[in-house]
Amino acid sequence: MANRIDSMAERVDAQFTGRLTRIASTCGELSYELAADDLIAVCTTLRDADAFRFEQLVDLTGMDYLNYGQVEWSTLKSTGTGFSRGVARNAELPDASSGRFAVVYHLLSVTNNVRLRLRVRLADNDAPIIDSLVNVWASANWFEREAFDMFGILFNGHPDLRRILTDYGFIGHPFRKDFPLIGNVEVRYDEDKGRVIYQPVSIEPRVLVPRVIRDDNRYDAALTQRPANS
Amino acid sequence: MAEIHNFTLNFGPQHPAAHGVLRLVLEMDGEVIQKADPHIGLLHRGTEKLAESKPFNQSIGYMDRLDYVSMMCNEHAYVMAIENLLGIKAPVRAQYIRVMFDEITRILNHLMWLGAHGLDIGAMTMFLYCFREREDLMDCYEAVSGARMHATYYRPGGVYRDLPDSMPKYQASRWRTQKQVDKLNERRSGSMLDFIDDFVARFPACVDEYETLLTDNRIWKQRTVNIGVVSPERALQLGFTGPMLRGSGLAWDLRKQQPYEVYAHMDFDIPVGVNGDCYDRYLVRVEEMRQSNRIIKQCVDWLRKHPGSVMLEDHKIAPPSREQMKGDMESLIHHFKLFTEGYCVPAGETYAAVEAPKGEFGIYLVSDGANKPFRLKCRAPGFVHLAALEEMVKGHMLADVVAVIGTQDIVFGEVDR
Repeated sequence: MANRIDSMAERVDAQFTGRLTRIASTCGELSYELAADDLIAVCTTLRDADAFRFEQLVDLTGMDYLNYGQVEWSTLKSTGTGFSRGVARNAELPDASSGRFAVVYHLLSVTNNVRLRLRVRLADNDAPIIDSLVNVWASANWFEREAFDMFGILFNGHPDLRRILTDYGFIGHPFRKDFPLIGNVEVRYDEDKGRVIYQPVSIEPRVLVPRVIRDDNRYDAALTQRPANS
Repeated sequence: MAEIHNFTLNFGPQHPAAHGVLRLVLEMDGEVIQKADPHIGLLHRGTEKLAESKPFNQSIGYMDRLDYVSMMCNEHAYVMAIENLLGIKAPVRAQYIRVMFDEITRILNHLMWLGAHGLDIGAMTMFLYCFREREDLMDCYEAVSGARMHATYYRPGGVYRDLPDSMPKYQASRWRTQKQVDKLNERRSGSMLDFIDDFVARFPACVDEYETLLTDNRIWKQRTVNIGVVSPERALQLGFTGPMLRGSGLAWDLRKQQPYEVYAHMDFDIPVGVNGDCYDRYLVRVEEMRQSNRIIKQCVDWLRKHPGSVMLEDHKIAPPSREQMKGDMESLIHHFKLFTEGYCVPAGETYAAVEAPKGEFGIYLVSDGANKPFRLKCRAPGFVHLAALEEMVKGHMLADVVAVIGTQDIVFGEVDR
């Protein structure tokens, strides 16, 4: 497995020097970042060239990097006196200069038995837009509809960009990080009107378990690689 | 002369052949499908969003509810993703238990599929036969986790507990006399492994029974042969996985190609179809049940000989036993921390896929170092397959839509997530 990944990485590096940037992975996975306007050209090559043969688009998903690496419940007072609870570490955005949205593609080569991940960061935060891959892999169709529905990412050239999972007439993009977990509207049956109506949510949002980022030394590369005698 | 125009037909969401809540808007020319537009999302519960607001372990139960006829396989992908990021591996015995339950789940799923698919296209008896065997496997779920369906049995670092020494037994009631109950309990007198061993021994004969009813059945063949044909190239292009891909003739199975857990040690074959029609996919799935049976047998034999731990000893991830917790202060702290805050997973991203009964079920997990996932994406095979429904039914008759929905093995829990 590791062999296959390494040889694929070499081939990708040779073919796409400067166009694909490898993202380090702790799990030994092959993962690259690329520019949005290069997407279709790269994907077509990855699908057709003999060295790659990525016949399948296994998965496509939107991402919203808002508040990445930040805690939900910061107790800054106690952090000053030594607790690690709720430390607001510096946000480790993969690349802080680009926008908050990204699209992640998972490709699978049945011929070479290798998986590959591509990530494209989208520059525009208000109307994130990217080229559609429907003409490269047919399976992109519904995945892109889903990413549009959930994140509001627009896919240029998609034949039928409708909402797919949310209700008819739904407003908003629910998987964005700034969309409340409890939603904005609720439905109930109104006896006076004799029909089901929408109204603003009446439940209180609450967080039972705060989001916490701890300095866990076991996973801190700088600490684990330090020589034992230091 | 009257003007001729296409007829639009609404199918579902409340239709017994829609396998849940599929709403299909069909454009018909007479009885021939011109266009099919599936409307999904009626069962959308926002699992991925909910998981972002909970510590990692609390979402395992949600995974059961995705594909609610192959529960443990979903858990498996999720747990594997967490283990990848944590860099841990379950003890070997736990891996064998996982493989065994993955295969039990596969049989459960295929039995449900066979029964429902048969019922859809007119084979009522199948449903009753399949549920007979399904009940025994459900009992295994119950014995090991306490729940018949939503087990939450796999945990990062192993499985929740070791296999029990006894099976739950029937009790006499107003509807069952002691004599009937004794007969039912006959197989349940030993340990769980004895029970599974007994099941494995008699299951091939049950599969023969199903095949007697269907494989050479004239009506069954008329309803399935040459219906919904997909070529191998097209199947890849459409993102098909699992039996849908193998039915088209591609021997692609993650258990063989990218073995996880102990599948590399297992001896089994991958059945493939030839024509890529509904009948071939039926044959593939039936043969898969036989192969799963073989794998279960190998696991049972191994598990009998190798007792041991089924959970990691690292109490930063896996909770200490209740006994330890009562007597040891450090264990109490570990227990408290795990059940209030959970554990933090190092920042990174991973994609873990298992060969679920329906196809490749994958979890794309992104962590930013917190005790909750930053983003969780479930790659559900049913979603991809349903996207190809229009292509598969175009030009077929209305009644064939039901056969194609059946052959895709759609479950809305995972399509809508």
